[in-house]
Amino acid sequence: MEHATTLDHTEDVYEPSLTPDSLGKLGMWIFLVGDTMSFGALLAAYAALRAGAGIVGWVPPDEILGINLTAGMTFLLICSSVTMVKALESIQSGNVSRMCLFLGLTIAGGVIFLGLQAYEWYHLITHGLTLTEIPAHGLKSDVISGSTLFGPTFYAITGFHGLHVTGGVIYLIVILIHGLRGRYTAEFNHEVEIVGLYWHFVDLIWIMVFTFIYLL
Amino acid sequence: MAQDEHKDHPKYMTIFWWLLGLTVAEVLVVIPDLPIAIKAILLIGMACSKAALVAIYFMHLKFERKTLTIIVLTPFIICVFLVVMLMPDLTLDARLDGIEKPAEVVDTSAH
Repeated sequence: MEHATTLDHTEDVYEPSLTPDSLGKLGMWIFLVGDTMSFGALLAAYAALRAGAGIVGWVPPDEILGINLTAGMTFLLICSSVTMVKALESIQSGNVSRMCLFLGLTIAGGVIFLGLQAYEWYHLITHGLTLTEIPAHGLKSDVISGSTLFGPTFYAITGFHGLHVTGGVIYLIVILIHGLRGRYTAEFNHEVEIVGLYWHFVDLIWIMVFTFIYLL
Repeated sequence: MAQDEHKDHPKYMTIFWWLLGLTVAEVLVVIPDLPIAIKAILLIGMACSKAALVAIYFMHLKFERKTLTIIVLTPFIICVFLVVMLMPDLTLDARLDGIEKPAEVVDTSAH
């Protein structure tokens, strides 16, 4: 009898979830917080290696990396974030076909981003930026010199982000297929919101990578 | 309740124009030959503003519980702390420059 009373009391003081409308959303947030630390560690390591380059020095990024192309890639990811929120807005008002259209546009943005990144990597590798070497000639100066750690740190950070974009595109395709099969309605659309959280996070991280790796 | 909250969503295109404007401003800051400290403050300030806009409006943090916002902010604070923790290592060369190196130890064990 006493035991039953205790159980009832426990139910009364049950703590509500941080995301009452969807536990999946909470799961995604927890994953994103952990992933932030992964990117944070990579960027902190980049800062440490750059500051610790000593007399060898660090090549100014604008001697090797083209800003215009990556500014365009940033614009593309911002646009894809807008199409993602538009997809969620559409399904919340019950418009499935509009949601599928905007999800398709978001996927297209991600695929073009990956294509541009592959083009950039190919261009940099053929011009001498590898894991062990930096190019002999800069975009502004005839001769450049600096730490050869520029290559590995650049490829590690942009590559890790590119993997996230690849994962996001696959995730979005899965959600689009579910959408085309009629899984989502104005009442049931948390999965669309959760994939949106992931996609916006990828955009947010690129904003940081663009600033710290390309501009500074 | 969640549906009511979603009705209050901001105009996403306004956020888009802000993000686009800040991106253009970032690229413009790089062009003139500004001192690195001023450039860094401006660029990091704009990048953080853009990240905040994405998190608050696109990721709907504005409509979530405040506890979640605090949890999400924690890794960013830890990342800053991580860089600060690395500072002693980063400045090691500079600090050792002013210190006289100890005399070389001669191995006398062979005698």
